[in-house]
Amino acid sequence: MGLLTNLKDSISKVSDRLFADEEPKRIGIYGPPNAGKTTLANRIARDWTGDAVGPESHVPHETRRARRKEGVEIERNGRTVTIDIVDTPGVTTKVDYKEFLDHDMEKDDAVRRSREATEGVAEAMHWLREDVDGVIYVLDSTTDPFTQVNTMLIGIIESQDLPVLILANKTDLPESNIQRVANAFPQHETIPLSALEGDNMDEVYDKIAEYFG
Amino acid sequence: MPEATPNVDGGDGIDGSDDDNGDDDGVRIDLISGARMEGLTSMEKIRLILDGVRDGNIVILEEGLAPDEESKLIEVTMTEISPDEFTGIEIETYPKSDAGDQTLLDRLMGRESAQKLTVIGPANQLQTLHKDETLISALVSRK
Repeated sequence: MGLLTNLKDSISKVSDRLFADEEPKRIGIYGPPNAGKTTLANRIARDWTGDAVGPESHVPHETRRARRKEGVEIERNGRTVTIDIVDTPGVTTKVDYKEFLDHDMEKDDAVRRSREATEGVAEAMHWLREDVDGVIYVLDSTTDPFTQVNTMLIGIIESQDLPVLILANKTDLPESNIQRVANAFPQHETIPLSALEGDNMDEVYDKIAEYFG
Repeated sequence: MPEATPNVDGGDGIDGSDDDNGDDDGVRIDLISGARMEGLTSMEKIRLILDGVRDGNIVILEEGLAPDEESKLIEVTMTEISPDEFTGIEIETYPKSDAGDQTLLDRLMGRESAQKLTVIGPANQLQTLHKDETLISALVSRK
């Protein structure tokens, strides 16, 4: 009897240690350009670590390199969920430097930005195929969610069996339409939020703990 | 007198190497059957698509690409974008993802239910006008 009890204790200790040493899950923040991915990444990082992840901008493709914030500990209902946040460049199938000229940029700067943007998108796709354990998919709820990039990315995420949380961002804007986002992806739960204002972040953190904990 | 029909000699005519888009009066459309794509590797499919699109053609795939191939198509497209020459692709399929309908066994066995009509063209020539679950309406223009 004592032998069995000792064996049981040993197995329990080993499994506890394995569980404790488990690497934090890498959660990629994905979505089209200008959906508010970096604003969300900064919001999460500031709330739980005090630091930001990267600069935010209204000019598309501000984030042109994937940025990882390691060891973000989110406390929910007495337990702690530790994740690495990966803020990724907005995904698109086209980049034209002329778009940036509308944002008071010189041609050389616009060309450089577009080249970096294409590299960033390729990098984001690579991360998605190889290096993330779950996805937070951020959509601008003021725009049409029925875009090809959204369709393809959600399909790619589903095909890899990655857990995905869909966030309808920018609910602080009057044109926000959360139902339209929910209708576009009925197979997934849609959580509304304003990353900029910090609205509904409690529910976002509850869901992060539920999906990725 | 200029040739009125695209050159399809030498067999396939869609590999981009022997293409003749004719004169400037039209836009060439290649409709590629599922059977033709079936024997190709992912990169061969992507090359077939991008070579056609970079020549200014509209490529229509009867059965579309698997999600992993779509991911690689985006990645390769990004590496080929260059200022004033190629700005990327416009690609359209119906919005509903089929992945959710697949069984785990289907996916384990590699049976992708990717059969979805897909239209791909140069970003500066193909513009989507409307898209919903059952209709894709697009405008094709010359260069």
